[in-house]
Formats: sequence, C-alpha cells, structure tokens
Amino acid sequence: MTGSNAGKLRRLHFEIFRYNPEDPDSVPHMQSFELDEAPYMSLFIALNQIRETQDPSLQFDFACRSAICGSCGMMVNGRPNLGCRTLTSDLPEIIRLHPLPVFKLIGDLSVDTGTWFRQMAEKSEAWVHAAKVFNPDAQEERMDDDLAEAIYEGDRCIECGCCIASCGVANLNTDFAGPAGLNRIARFMMDPRDSRDETDWFEVISNEDGVFGCLGMMACHDVCPKELPLLEVYAYLRRKALASRFSGRKRS
Amino acid sequence: MSARLISTDVLVIGGGLAGERCAIEAAAAGHDVLVLSVVPPRRSHSCAAQGGMQAALGNCVKAEGDNPTLHFLDTVRGSDWGADQEVARIFADEAPVAVRELAHFGVPWTRVRGGRNSYFIRGERVDIDESLENDGLIMHRDFGGTAKWRACYAAAGTGHAALYAVDSEVVRLGITVRDRAEAVELIHDGSRCWGVAARCLRTGRHFAVVAKATVIATGGYGRIYGQYTTNATINEGMGAVLALNTGVVPLGNMEAVQFHPTALAPSGILVTEGCRGDGGFLLDKNMHRFMVDAEPEKQELASRDVVSRHMAQCMRDGNGIETPFGPHLWLDIRHLGEEHLTTKLREVFDICRDFVGLNPANDLIPVRPTQHYSMGGVRVNKDGQAYNMAGLFAAGEAACWDMHGFNRLGGNSLAETIVAGRLVGRRVAEFVTTTSLDVQTSRAFETVKRAEQRAQHWLERSGSGPGVYDIRDAMAESMMSEVGIFRTADELTQADHTLSALLLDCDNAVLRSKAPGMNPELSFALRLKGMLRLAVVTARGALARTESRGAHFRTDYPLRNDAEWLNRTVVRWSDDSTQPTFSYEPVGLIDVPPGHRGYGSDERIEMKRTIEDYNGGLQEDQADHGRLPTTEPAGSRIRWGEWADQT
Repeated sequence: MTGSNAGKLRRLHFEIFRYNPEDPDSVPHMQSFELDEAPYMSLFIALNQIRETQDPSLQFDFACRSAICGSCGMMVNGRPNLGCRTLTSDLPEIIRLHPLPVFKLIGDLSVDTGTWFRQMAEKSEAWVHAAKVFNPDAQEERMDDDLAEAIYEGDRCIECGCCIASCGVANLNTDFAGPAGLNRIARFMMDPRDSRDETDWFEVISNEDGVFGCLGMMACHDVCPKELPLLEVYAYLRRKALASRFSGRKRS
Repeated sequence: MSARLISTDVLVIGGGLAGERCAIEAAAAGHDVLVLSVVPPRRSHSCAAQGGMQAALGNCVKAEGDNPTLHFLDTVRGSDWGADQEVARIFADEAPVAVRELAHFGVPWTRVRGGRNSYFIRGERVDIDESLENDGLIMHRDFGGTAKWRACYAAAGTGHAALYAVDSEVVRLGITVRDRAEAVELIHDGSRCWGVAARCLRTGRHFAVVAKATVIATGGYGRIYGQYTTNATINEGMGAVLALNTGVVPLGNMEAVQFHPTALAPSGILVTEGCRGDGGFLLDKNMHRFMVDAEPEKQELASRDVVSRHMAQCMRDGNGIETPFGPHLWLDIRHLGEEHLTTKLREVFDICRDFVGLNPANDLIPVRPTQHYSMGGVRVNKDGQAYNMAGLFAAGEAACWDMHGFNRLGGNSLAETIVAGRLVGRRVAEFVTTTSLDVQTSRAFETVKRAEQRAQHWLERSGSGPGVYDIRDAMAESMMSEVGIFRTADELTQADHTLSALLLDCDNAVLRSKAPGMNPELSFALRLKGMLRLAVVTARGALARTESRGAHFRTDYPLRNDAEWLNRTVVRWSDDSTQPTFSYEPVGLIDVPPGHRGYGSDERIEMKRTIEDYNGGLQEDQADHGRLPTTEPAGSRIRWGEWADQT
C-alpha cells in the first residue's frame, strides 16, 4: 500500500460539490459524506460506495478505472487529478472534490470534456494531413524507432483535461489551445507523415491562442497524470515558431 | 415534452474502434453518418487494449516466414474449432492492410531496430540480429497461441494509439458524434431495422434516430461479472440487449467468455499479455514456474483459456498467495529490466505504480484470471449483417462474426475491430446506396414513447423493493462463482435459478433517487434487466453445452466433443416472453478439420460426419437460423487446403 497514511484505516470526511442543472430546485453547494477507508481505496471505489450506499443521485464519470480513458478528471483538494488513480491513503482525511473548471458542467463532478476536445481537434486540425492516399498494396513506410517513440510520447495524452483545469491562461482565455492542445499540435508537427509545413503551423501556434499565450506557470507539467514532458513540448513549439519566422522554409 | 427525431443514412452505436472505423468507411463513401456513444469516443474501452494487434507482416527475425495462412491457422486452433473459418480467413488476409492503414492514420507503431537486439524467449535471454534491410518496418512481439511473433504494437498503449488515430480520421471527415447518448431500443418491424430510440445521458431526455442502416458496435458484456472483469464500467452489453429484445435477432455463443490470465489482483485492472510475450513468468507461492510443467512447449504463452485454467487449478491446489481479497499468483517481469519496462511496457509500469504502489523492475505483480472478453454477441453473417433483420449490422466485440469461436487469441480483437470495421463499413455503404429511408415516423415515436414509459415506471415505483445495486452485486457473485473458469451442471443450474430469480426481483426493484435529469441510478436501472437477461442466456447456454471447448470448460464434461457440439449456440428472447429459445447451427464451412490445438489437452471426441457432409447441408441450416444472403457467395473467400502446406 502506498501513501503517507499507509497502514492505518481512517474515517474519511468528504465534501463534494453538488449541482444538477436539470433540477430547477438545485443550487450549487457542498455536501458532506462520511466513509470508512479500506485498503487500496481509490476515489473510484470511494465515490461509487458513496453513491450506492448514501446518495444515489451523485454524478461523476468513470469508465476504465485504470488511468487510460481520461474520464475521471476532478479537483481533489484543489488539485486536478484522475479520480481512479488517486488513493485515499495519499490524502488527508478531509477530501474536497470539485468538478474541473473551464469545461461545461454536466452535474456534480461530471463535466463535458468531449465537446471541448473535439473543438480543439477541429480547430488545430489534429489529424495527419497525408500527402498521398493510402495504398493498400504497398509495404508500410519506414520510420526510425526513436522517432516512433518520440511521437508516441506525445500521443500518450489521454485528454483528461487536468492540464486545462490547472492552466491560468485556459481558465481566462477560452480560445487558448491549452496544454493538451499544444501537445497535440507538437505531436503532429514532429510526425513526418503530416505534410503541413512550418508556415502552416505558424498560423496555428504563433499567437496568443497558441504557444505564445502560455505564461510559463507550468502547473500543467506538475499535474499531468501521464507525466507528459510539457516543458519540453513548449520549448519545441517556440523553437519551431521562431525557425519558421526566420526561414520560412518548407520542412525537409 | 415532444421527442426529437434525427435522420441519417448510417447510425453507428458505439464510438470505439470498430464503430468508428465502420463510420469512416461509410462516410468516405459519401454517406451521412451519425455515431452515438455513451462516452466521448476517445474514452471508449478500445483505449484500454494494451499489448498489440495481430497481423502477419513477418518483419522481425522471430516472425520470418509468417503469412496470413499461419495467422488463419492459429486463429482456428485458438478458437478450438468454434470459429467460422471463412471469417477467420477473411480476417487474417485483411489484417496486414488494416495495420498498415493505421500507420497511414498516424499510429506510432514500434519499429524494427536493425542490428543486435536482446530478447527473453522461453525464460532465456537471447541476442538476435534484426536485418538492417527491415529497419524501420513495423515490429512484432510474441503473444499466446501463435506460431510466430505477430503482434504489432505501440509500447503497451496500442489500443489508445489506434483509437486516437481512428478518431482523428472521424474528426477529419466531419462525422457527427453525439456523445453521452445511449441507444435503448431498436426501431423495427420484425424484419427491418430503422434506427433507435436513444436516451441523452446529459439530460435524461429521449429522442429518435432514424437511419437506413444501424450498426451495433458497443463492445462486450463483461460487466455482467460485476467487478470481476478487466472491462470498463461501460461494457454492459447493451448492444447485445438491443438485438436480443427484438425477439428475432439471435445472439451467438454467449457462454463463450474469456478470462484473461493476468489481471491485477484485487482490482481487476488488465496487465497485458505482452508481459509474458516479452518474456515474463508466472510464479506460484513457492516461486515455481508452474506453466513450464503444465505446457512444456508453449509455457506461459499457451492460449488464454489454457493458461487461465492452469492458474485457477494452481490456486485451487493451494499454491496461490492467500489474501483477504482471495488468492492470487505472481507475474514476474523483473528480469526484463527497468529500461524495457519503462518503454515497451510503460503502461504496465505506470499501472503497477499507481494502483498497487510497486515497481515491477523490483517487485512481483499480484495477478489472477479475470473476465476479459466476450466471444459471444449479436450473430451476424460474414458481411456483418445481423440474422433476421435487414438494415441491422454489428461489428467488433459486440458481434459474433465469428472469428474467435470459443477462445480469442491475444491481439486478435484489436485487429478484428479494424478489419471488421472496414469490411462491414463497406457492406453498410453498399446497403444504404441501394435502399431508401421508408420509415413511418409514428413507429419511431412509439418506440421513444415506450422508452420514456420504462423510465417513468422506474421513477413512479415505490415501496420496500430491493435496490438495483444489490441485484447487480448478486448477479456478479453468481456469474463469477458459478459461470466462471470451471463449470459444472450443479453450479450452472444454481446460477440459472439465482439469475432467473433476480430477473423477477428486477421488476420489483425500487430507485432510492428520483432526481430529474440523467439520474445515474435510473440510468443503471434501465440497463439492469437487459444485463440479467444476458446473464441468464450465458448461464443456460453453458449448462446446455455438455462438452469443453476453448474458454467453456465443464469439469463434468472435460472433453471437446466434435461428434455432438461442433456448432454454435444461437439464442433468441423477446422482451415480452418469459423464456429464451436455444438452437444450434453449424460453425461454418470447415477448411481445417478439427484436430489438436498444439497446447492444452489432446483428448477429444472425434466428429462422426465427414467434412463434406458437414459442409454440404450447412447453407440451408444457417439460413433456417436467420442468416441473410451475403454479397459474395458463401465460401468465396476460403482458400481451400492452402493451410496444408504450412503444417
């Protein structure tokens, strides 16, 4: 068992944000719940127990419960994280849960990340802009495994929204691509299968809604549950933006 | 409140790999496509597939000589001869193109590194020189039940990388995805499907989608095993329920349920077969590699059904590690080294750290077999067209297509989603080109109204009846303890009684919350009866099948019986009838005659009929079960006898 409180099981005190926009009588408020801690108890287990034994109207999102689907981003004692990988043993006995900011609230801890990320993908055209059509009869194009690993590194983002919630800029500027958006752009930028050149990218990133909107507070880097190297991602994007400004060359 | 009505050419239910790949095919052909998904599509359970996607590219040294025929043979053997061999052939032939197409969509496949590479093979460290000529081609790793290294992979996040690439194509093509929306009843007239009534999981409101063609791609039904599954909470089998409730569309082989050998104990989170493929060991409490005794040839890399049974037996024999959460065994990947674990098996490393607080470079991983995959599902022909219902298709885990028979090989499901998505999408596109949307909207509104009334009925019912979560937990305990890895007539009969009683309880169950909106308890309650119906047909199908085949193992009938049971279970159950109807159809045209799988028991009851006789009457027999005509004639894709050169 991990965590600073490993070994001793406690009576946990939860304070959970409640609001049901579909209920005209509902007003935003905090609600308290008590729960006995169990070994290996994650917020996935704890919240389901609260819902099933105390308040069945409680809304939250989980799917894979193994930190890969990105459904369960929430504010845990003021810090965004995935509920499924947060063990209560790592938390004090008072646990305050809020929905992620920035995203539209669906109810209680449930927010609409799907719409946000779809819009981000459309805006940055986050797909491979292939120069040629797929030839089913041809062998696959080669790629150096180091490059494949580098692309995979950026591809590991699970779009949970924790970085967006933690980002001061994203909280204020709704047009800001946000850490996940910038990471997605960098992932396609380094992919040789994508035919967009540096001047195409310049339009997307070299403005205050792109990488130059980042104020460098780097909460995103600290909270990312997948530990994406966002600091390096922004450095890469800035370098590329400058290079395109000075050279205007097509990428080789 | 009046119901809204949306119309489209193609409705795809499910935003995972199979559904989205199918949607792409139909949209690329110029059709209007709408995807309904209970979660944003990138959160579909396809994202959790870790280790690999099988395709016979033959790019690395340990894959030399591989070809689709070997892949086909492995798949048929893996299925314990329960598969439709023509479908397995189509699958194996098209898998290489599907994998290469994903590279085109952007999947960062792990690549061959030309030169000296160090691997773990059958417990030994082995240095192999990969040819420089193949440097940069898609790499393979070993998986269970295969003759060659064949699984293509992106670290241990293959499903995630594939799903993101495919969803990027969906965005590129501008396909409309309506997330947080659940299909709750098919709109149909008994022989033609016209879309669905759906429920919005944001607001709780119902609406209709009318479509020329409807595709069920909702994944498996693992959650009928409650928490005893690797599956996501969303894998509740609702696509199978949509079909079953029509009373005419059958489900196939529902008793064929796979248990994955290595789920994390006790949480049930998947730990990929790639761990064993890359050289990991299974150990008992005495640190003994029991799989070497049990399967000297394949060792830890026998098929999943075989490995899971040996593990379950090992724990029954008292050689498991006892804990308050039940016994487990150890998965040992320490010897693969931290560098390998943090690159090629990175997701496993993270899961171990995050969920049990251990470092697999130094620590053993507690694992035990756990429900993982649903071989059964909506019975379809080789075009993905559902039996008995024109305009209804199914693809991926939701379908019983049926390339897996009674056991699926690791890495074959991820490949199936793409191969079937492409192929069924093509057939759907052809279908909608030649049909028009002749639906009576009154039929659509009636379906919506029924769905609204079901929800209203739950909200109005009061009293002291049981709670929905109590019923779910009782279902899960019965399924895991009585319809699990080892099955007997006594336990299956008990399960049938328990589950049938729970089904009656369901009609008296009471909600604790009447909250307006999506109401999570109501949302679950609306699925519960369907889940119980799937549980009942799974248990009864298992009770009726008095043999052992693949993942279906009867300790009271331990032999595979090709004389009596070389067939597929087919079950129908309309929602207003008290009992399901079971029947049995031939598995499909047989090219490779039943034999030994190469692992597991070599004892079996031989078939009495000749292959010619079996194949001869098959067309009419399957048509009697509701199989609709296919675009190409039956057997057109079989390459008769080509497998013989490979054995």
